[in-house]
Amino acid sequence: MNDTICAIATNPNMGAIAIIRVSGTEAIEIVNQMFKESDLTKAASHTIWYGHLVDQDEILDEVLVMLMRAPRTYTKEDVVEINCHGGVNTTARILSALLSHGIRLAEPGEFTKRAFLNGRISLLEAESVNDLIKAKNDAARIMALNNIGGKLTSQIRDIREKMGKVLANIEVNIDYPEYEDEVQVTRNLMQEYLSEFIEKLHQLVANSQNGKIINNGLNVAIIGRPNVGKSSILNFLLDEDKAIVTDIPGTTRDIVEGSINLNGLLLNFIDTAGLRQTEDTVEKIGVLKSQQMADQADLIIYVINGSEQITPQELDHLASLKNKEIIVFVNKNDLPLQADLTLLKDYDYVEGNTKDNDGLEALKKAIITKYNLPKIINKEMSYLSNVRQIHLIEEAEKALLNAQESFNQGMEVDIIEIDLKKTWDLLGQLIGDAYNEELVDNIFRNFCLGK
Amino acid sequence: MKNMYDCIVVGGGHAGCEAAHIAAQMGKKTLLVTGNIKNIADMPCNPSIGGTAKGIIVREVDALGGLMGKIADISHLQIKMLNNSKGPAVRSLRAQADKITYPENMRKALQNTLNLTIKEAMIEDLVVENQTVKGVVTAEGEKILSQTVILTTGTYLKGNILIGSENTPGGPHGEARSNHLSDKLKEYGLKIMRLKTGTPQRIKKDSIDFSVLHEEKGDNKLWKFSFDTEYAYKIEDQQSCYLVYTNAKTHQIIRDNLKKSAMYGGYATGIGPRYCPSIEDKIVRFADKERHQLFLEPESIYYDDWYLQGFSTSMPRDVQELMVHSLKGLEHAEITKYAYAIEYDAIDPLQVMPSLENKVLTNLFTAGQINGTSGYEEAAGQGIMAGINAVLKINGQKPLVLKRSDAYIGVLIDDLVTKGTAEPYRMLTSRAEFRLLLRSDNADLRLREYAHQVGSITEEQYQNYLTKKSQIEKTITYLKTNHLKMTSAVKEIFTQNNWEIPKSSLTFYELLKRPNITLASLEQFLTLDLPEEIKEQVEIEIKYEGYIQKAFKEVDKLLRLEAKEIPEDIDYAKVQNLASEARQKLAKIRPKTIAQATRISGVNPVDISVLSVYLKKEYNHD
Repeated sequence: MNDTICAIATNPNMGAIAIIRVSGTEAIEIVNQMFKESDLTKAASHTIWYGHLVDQDEILDEVLVMLMRAPRTYTKEDVVEINCHGGVNTTARILSALLSHGIRLAEPGEFTKRAFLNGRISLLEAESVNDLIKAKNDAARIMALNNIGGKLTSQIRDIREKMGKVLANIEVNIDYPEYEDEVQVTRNLMQEYLSEFIEKLHQLVANSQNGKIINNGLNVAIIGRPNVGKSSILNFLLDEDKAIVTDIPGTTRDIVEGSINLNGLLLNFIDTAGLRQTEDTVEKIGVLKSQQMADQADLIIYVINGSEQITPQELDHLASLKNKEIIVFVNKNDLPLQADLTLLKDYDYVEGNTKDNDGLEALKKAIITKYNLPKIINKEMSYLSNVRQIHLIEEAEKALLNAQESFNQGMEVDIIEIDLKKTWDLLGQLIGDAYNEELVDNIFRNFCLGK
Repeated sequence: MKNMYDCIVVGGGHAGCEAAHIAAQMGKKTLLVTGNIKNIADMPCNPSIGGTAKGIIVREVDALGGLMGKIADISHLQIKMLNNSKGPAVRSLRAQADKITYPENMRKALQNTLNLTIKEAMIEDLVVENQTVKGVVTAEGEKILSQTVILTTGTYLKGNILIGSENTPGGPHGEARSNHLSDKLKEYGLKIMRLKTGTPQRIKKDSIDFSVLHEEKGDNKLWKFSFDTEYAYKIEDQQSCYLVYTNAKTHQIIRDNLKKSAMYGGYATGIGPRYCPSIEDKIVRFADKERHQLFLEPESIYYDDWYLQGFSTSMPRDVQELMVHSLKGLEHAEITKYAYAIEYDAIDPLQVMPSLENKVLTNLFTAGQINGTSGYEEAAGQGIMAGINAVLKINGQKPLVLKRSDAYIGVLIDDLVTKGTAEPYRMLTSRAEFRLLLRSDNADLRLREYAHQVGSITEEQYQNYLTKKSQIEKTITYLKTNHLKMTSAVKEIFTQNNWEIPKSSLTFYELLKRPNITLASLEQFLTLDLPEEIKEQVEIEIKYEGYIQKAFKEVDKLLRLEAKEIPEDIDYAKVQNLASEARQKLAKIRPKTIAQATRISGVNPVDISVLSVYLKKEYNHD
């Protein structure tokens, strides 16, 4: 039914060894035609064979061939993986030989797509494969790996199953209204169910914020009056850290100058270029500019000069940012303290100075504490992390809150059920158990080749 | 040769009555052939019309110009609105129909229908030329010709009555069955399946100790099914039903004798309905339940049989005696008719088009149990559609296919022709995804326009509908444009009712949207000289407006999928990545649209994605 596809599964440009993956009904037969030493069609599943690949009497390479028969394979189809010598020439030669034998080059993501379509992995797990490949740091990698294990899928499936049971119970009450022996979904019971579901979904939504942070990092803005030392702090953070990441393709917005990896968390500093340009030109830095920066930021490092009084403007500004995460850095503690720090009692603040690099480690620690990094980044973490997933889980939570709202308004059970059913459906779309028009197509389009 | 009839309907049950009546009403020369005129509109099972979801179907039949609701309104012993407190969408009427007067009134109505002839005969074959049906052949060999034939054969195709190991060929009252018609249909290329249904004991009234049973009265409010008639009964004249419970002793008797039942003893081959299981099925499947609820319902005021709902069984007679006598209140009960199971032949509804015309035999329509359904109302719903579409076919017009968002009848037929059925199909509220739109109260608003277009209702019925519609609209506009002045007297009433006092004066429309405020409660501030059904409609449309809007959005989504047609020539073998079960089902059912494909069991979301991608690629489909 499925034609046979192949692709180079490893980075084609380097590496001593490369792997070419072949999957489909003719995978074993065709590779066998090129394999001289043994008859692979008779070989047992999950065995490794040493030999040479030959095409039109020309020896292509000395290889190890891994043979895996359906269904216990990545795609649930017959799979052959050819371990050959690395480098563009060898791999390209073997690939073109495979193609000339009638095997088709895989589309991006096609192996994973088949694994999904053949029912081996859920949609979430399939997406995680992509996340794993694209992981920018170790935390993102571990998270993706955990998600491939299906932990999140089974968590969501559990909630959805319970919800399905409640829905079924409501339906039974409606279709058999006079059967008093059945459990009746009363208002009390309904409230209990709703609270439980809301709590669980809320947890997932909250966790998905962690997932987003782990995958994409945090956008950090350094804000403050002119000459309070913003660029020095930036330079310290960027220069001191050995794990500077710059110019991450595709993800870096123009305004991001540099990123650092802080205990597994990516910090993207925004508009730092602008910051440097305007540092000395007092009149250029307006409220507007810092507002733009603040809007784009997840975290704001607000710098003040501790050797001067805190101005009313600064306090107003801070107050206007209250729906953002803020850490105040009280700079210039090498000079006598003039600022009234009690005014900052509602904020996290760190004292220090950029002259002696004092307090800058403490600033990093404050960030780590603020995001509870040891807790969110760990070996077991499993969060919804990409835009599609987060959108769906948020929609599901919204629908559930609508159900709660209907309940509070005293609406009948049948009306409350409308939004409960919608929640159930959205969770189904999330793990791929319910049909959504554009879904599968879009997801697999983003895959890299060979997986 | 000239056709003698435009339409022949075979079978005088609930499907046949509606089909014959509507075809004749729409001006076609119609013949209703039945094995026994006395059995027209017979109710061989429960003595009720309506019930959850089913009551809504009755109203839909009425809206389309059918008879069931009108006849039920003048033939019942009790009527109730079920689920009154569970939301507007799930309310549904159920009437305890009198088993003598209902068939009688139906027969009279048919006899008074212009263009309709009724004939007593058993049909054993069809006249078929080139896979086109041209008439019917009676057991005596008489050929009667017609342009269209509607088969509504109920349980009479090779019907078998099962009581324990006894197996008697025949219909529910021991009448003759059709022995050959299903074999003939098979020869013509139809797939035949065997189904089973059952009915419980009838108990003699005098032998029941009602004093220990819980009484269930009719509603203390007048109800009717039909949109065209007046109330024809008095609340106080209603008869009661009674609640009965099984107990440990009953369950023990059933378990001890399980092997003797036709079903568990292996004497039956038909597949029974899950939603109306026999009592032995219930005991086996829900072993941990200590008791099951049963209802005693009067069958008629003209004779003394009471129907023991929920106790259907295929146990032998002696075991039935033990079972019935184990029930509290029925210790000395006299069984006037034993419970039995009945097996019969049906066709595979996957061979039926959404118009109810057959895919294999042109000009043949089917409705009711022959299509694999169970229930009088399901039968009537299909009957009227088969009748309407047979007429439209004769006229060379497009068939009327109700969508899932139009009517329960639409859901019913779509389910049948899309999913097929392995057991007698019963309509349930939960089968409808747009039930907030498919309410009992608005069946006329949903369907009378269609009925008018195809000509199945009279001009008078249509005008009444238009008047009602405009009254509703005017009233809503009135409520939207008139404010309630918050005088101190009004505020006082608000406080008394525990309603939140608005900050500024609100329109009645805005007030009605608030929790706990009903239209009736607002009537102390304004005069609405309107019939109850208008007020009800106005209240529902305002109070649930947000939810109804949401439902319409979902309908739009569905309609977009319905608009994605699957080309007739698609070769499913060429669609890569389809799961093999999905491929088989799709190839067999050949859904017309993506929406229909999503509803086929065994076709998973992933398969639909695969199919959409394929259509996009191969057919530039959007």
